[in-house]
Amino acid sequence: MLKQPTPETAPIVKKRVSDPLPIQMLLIGVMLLFFIGFIFLPLGLVFAQAFQKGWAFYLESITESYALEAVKLTLTTVAIVVPLNAFFGVTAAWAITKFNFAGKAALKTLLDLPFAVSPVIAGLIFVLLVGSRTPFGSWLGEHGIKIIFSTPGIVIATLFVTFPFVVRELIPLMEAQGRDEEEAALTLGAKGWQIFAKITLPNISWGLLYGMILCGARSIGEFGAVSVVSGHIRGQTNTIPLHVEILYSEYNFAASFAVASILVFLALLTVTLKVALEKQFQKNSFHH
Amino acid sequence: MGIELQNITKKFSGYTALDNISLNVASGELVALLGPSGCGKTTLLRIIAGLELPDVGKIILENKDTTNLPPREKNVGFVFQHYALFRRLTVFDNVAFGLKVLPRKDRPNRKEIGDRVEHLLKLVQMDWAIKRYPSQLSGGQRQRVALARALAVNPKVLLLDEPFSALDAKVRQELRRWLRKLHDEIHVTSIFVTHDQEEALELADRIVVINKGRIEQQGTPQEVYDHPKNAFVYNFLGNVNVFHGRIKNGKVTLGSHHVDAPDELKHAEEKASQAFVRPHEIGISRIRSSETDLTGTIQEVRLMGGQIGLNLACEGFDHPIDAEIPRDLYINLELAKGDTVFVSLNRVKVFTGDYVI
Repeated sequence: MLKQPTPETAPIVKKRVSDPLPIQMLLIGVMLLFFIGFIFLPLGLVFAQAFQKGWAFYLESITESYALEAVKLTLTTVAIVVPLNAFFGVTAAWAITKFNFAGKAALKTLLDLPFAVSPVIAGLIFVLLVGSRTPFGSWLGEHGIKIIFSTPGIVIATLFVTFPFVVRELIPLMEAQGRDEEEAALTLGAKGWQIFAKITLPNISWGLLYGMILCGARSIGEFGAVSVVSGHIRGQTNTIPLHVEILYSEYNFAASFAVASILVFLALLTVTLKVALEKQFQKNSFHH
Repeated sequence: MGIELQNITKKFSGYTALDNISLNVASGELVALLGPSGCGKTTLLRIIAGLELPDVGKIILENKDTTNLPPREKNVGFVFQHYALFRRLTVFDNVAFGLKVLPRKDRPNRKEIGDRVEHLLKLVQMDWAIKRYPSQLSGGQRQRVALARALAVNPKVLLLDEPFSALDAKVRQELRRWLRKLHDEIHVTSIFVTHDQEEALELADRIVVINKGRIEQQGTPQEVYDHPKNAFVYNFLGNVNVFHGRIKNGKVTLGSHHVDAPDELKHAEEKASQAFVRPHEIGISRIRSSETDLTGTIQEVRLMGGQIGLNLACEGFDHPIDAEIPRDLYINLELAKGDTVFVSLNRVKVFTGDYVI
């Protein structure tokens, strides 16, 4: 007769199914090396260089007027670009996911264009479009509006470069959610703006915030496009990355890295926010 | 009249979803739109709700032409196939939604809204879940909340799109009976869409069978089931055995077998016809009781709950015949695979025409 296995005699499955240990160690090792070589080491070096001439010099470098102006310009740009791109992103994602129209597929492809072209080209496009030597640019000039080599140019270039972040985040989300809830609200008597405010916006809020954070991070750090349209006028059209570059090319390394450390702080802040949001996002996406 | 649809036609690029549909639903009636998927029944429901516009036709709700009204002015309650509850709102806020979005002058005050929501949730037996979110509810519970939400705005008509299709069999049956009871209490003119003939037969006052954008037949469940107008309706309302044969001199040939043609076809000239027999209308016996009985061999025995399904190879027939008999009979006759039995076709239904299954 066959003996029935009791809990005591039944074989115990000890290990989870996974890759062999050497492979695990190899992969973890490679990843660690990468992190050390490309993230921890450079970050450490930034701070080492920044504090090379001591605390006093560090503080002076980041509080001198040109540096402060650069911080101010960068934050102003972010404050304009992020809400605008949030608005454009929601509009574009709404149009693409909720309506059917001719050229929809083409539009969806073009949304990625700002990611696909080099930022320098993006900057050049605007110089060619509204620079002082173009008809449109000189017309604007005659009316006292300056775009290239001033703040509006920087904002426009940044807008272009960071446009895809919000919309890329929202399209898959809104596609997955479908139109059912909006239609239900419609049959219950809600008007368009009520549906948007009470149903659509709450449903996409985490995705929207996430996209806005990525958009903000890129706006702070954008160099190429801004560099072309800015004109590098100290105290006027220098953003933080441009200021870092100028100080560096003047062999003022300590000051350059001191200002760069501001960017590092902003980046760390962004990453922290992003992680916090991702947790919320995952928690909420179970609420289907 | 609760709902009057006049000559509704709707074309999508390439095909006609609805082809000149006219339908009347009396106030307080519960009507099933029954048809295979893709027959246009959901499109018709969405047109009544105003979520789609017909190319041609009129929609009259409670004697008012609503054809060109936007959905929010139609005052129609719609229950979606996958419920479409607002995932960011609690059960209370879901049900209260339709009241809260009313213009200020028509909007009840906070207390009235609270009372109404509570009343509705009691009605659908969901008052215990008032603070929960949709994700915390089961399918059947979500369906009830969706129903309460649709009823909150006092709709003139209630439309339900495949209301039970996303539920498992047991819950489906329970909820079906519960909905019938609820409708008997509140008597709101209702149309529901289904592809499940059992659901339509059990629940509806009247069944409208739709195929390829046209109404094939409408009537009470009894009428439609007992007197199907054509082969499609007969076939769609249950399992069938099909025999292709010819009608001649008032007789229909089935394989090597003849039966009397129905009265209306008695004097028809010779033509192709189809005969149908439902599996449960086939008699099985160990003894030959009539000379029209067929001789068959049991090829397969299937357990189907209360019924036993038999697959029979009959002399003179190319295709095997499916029969369903009560379990008791199966046991009494001591049937087994390979046995030879006598088979009587009790209610043969004959249709001519070009419908092909």
